[in-house]
Amino acid sequence: MKCKVCREPAAIEIRRHHAVFCKRHFFEHMTRQVERTIHDLEMFDAGERLLLGVSGGKDSLALWDILTDLGYRVDGVYIELGIGGEQGYSSSSLQLAEQFAKDRRLTLQVVDLAEDYGYTIPAAAAETRRVACSVCGLSKRYVLNRVAFDGGYDVLVMGHNLDDEAAVLMGNTLTWNVEYIGRQRPVLPATRAGLVRKVKPLLRVAERETAAYCVLKGIEYEVEECPMVAGNTGIRIKEWLNVMESQRPGTKQQFLFGFLDRVSDQFADAHQEQVELHECTNCGQPTTNDLCAFCRLQTRMADRV
Amino acid sequence: MKVVLRNPLRELDIEGDASVKDVLRRLDIIPETVLVIRQGELLLKTDLVADSDTIELRPVISGGAG
Repeated sequence: MKCKVCREPAAIEIRRHHAVFCKRHFFEHMTRQVERTIHDLEMFDAGERLLLGVSGGKDSLALWDILTDLGYRVDGVYIELGIGGEQGYSSSSLQLAEQFAKDRRLTLQVVDLAEDYGYTIPAAAAETRRVACSVCGLSKRYVLNRVAFDGGYDVLVMGHNLDDEAAVLMGNTLTWNVEYIGRQRPVLPATRAGLVRKVKPLLRVAERETAAYCVLKGIEYEVEECPMVAGNTGIRIKEWLNVMESQRPGTKQQFLFGFLDRVSDQFADAHQEQVELHECTNCGQPTTNDLCAFCRLQTRMADRV
Repeated sequence: MKVVLRNPLRELDIEGDASVKDVLRRLDIIPETVLVIRQGELLLKTDLVADSDTIELRPVISGGAG
């Protein structure tokens, strides 16, 4: 197969775009997709201070690379979750993130959940008997926003891709969780004090493409899956969507962008009506209760005997 | 050919030459869910893999790191 732009030997096929690209034109395609998303959705301007949530995985490292190439100044923050012990998953992900930052002279801040907040994800999952991904998501959402806010950043940039967003939408649609559906936006403005604007510039990019980008660019990323991910509904939904995508390329993009372009506004009220926020009595972050969910978790972990 | 699979890391052998498409079909793997890598380069579904080659089938679906 030949690149559709230059007719040189192809490096990757993207079926939903009916496109085949050589390495160089694939990189250009990826950059254009991200640039277009940032511009069309007015995510941020060149002068704003950007903080990227970095996991050491393919999405966040590919995005950091693309944003840097586009000329944005982006700092990173990595959260050490304490998964897999001293030589395990969290430790190797951190090494990859640190190496990436070092090679490019980028700033990476590391937050250690155990040292800074007194618990690890495995310990919190065991204590609360909740699915690890649920405790992990709560912790990451809180800490990333907190670091961005305390650091004076204008925007928190996240590496969620097309597959992530389509899977979340599918999961919430299957259960008709209208509050969560109303909250699913590629740009979440800082609607209250303590919140930082959150954006997802990889919205148009599938995760196969961020993985391919890393391989072709020689970016080493965490290939191993998180050992605590067993039972994750999101992964199962991604598998279902990929079956549909293989039979009808473009399904995921149509599902997600059809929602964002034509339907999401109809769910905005469902989100607003059910949510009355005020300040957490402990940390001051917006919450629906006296103590926010993160402070309740932290308190419970601190109270362990 | 030698086929390296991930999560968990393991290897298996497939006899003879085959296209990428055939290899994935034989292993019942949906093409959208993996990258097929030979010596650091990506292979397309029409590429031929020789009996003497080693290829990696790297999953791209992630739920943790992203």
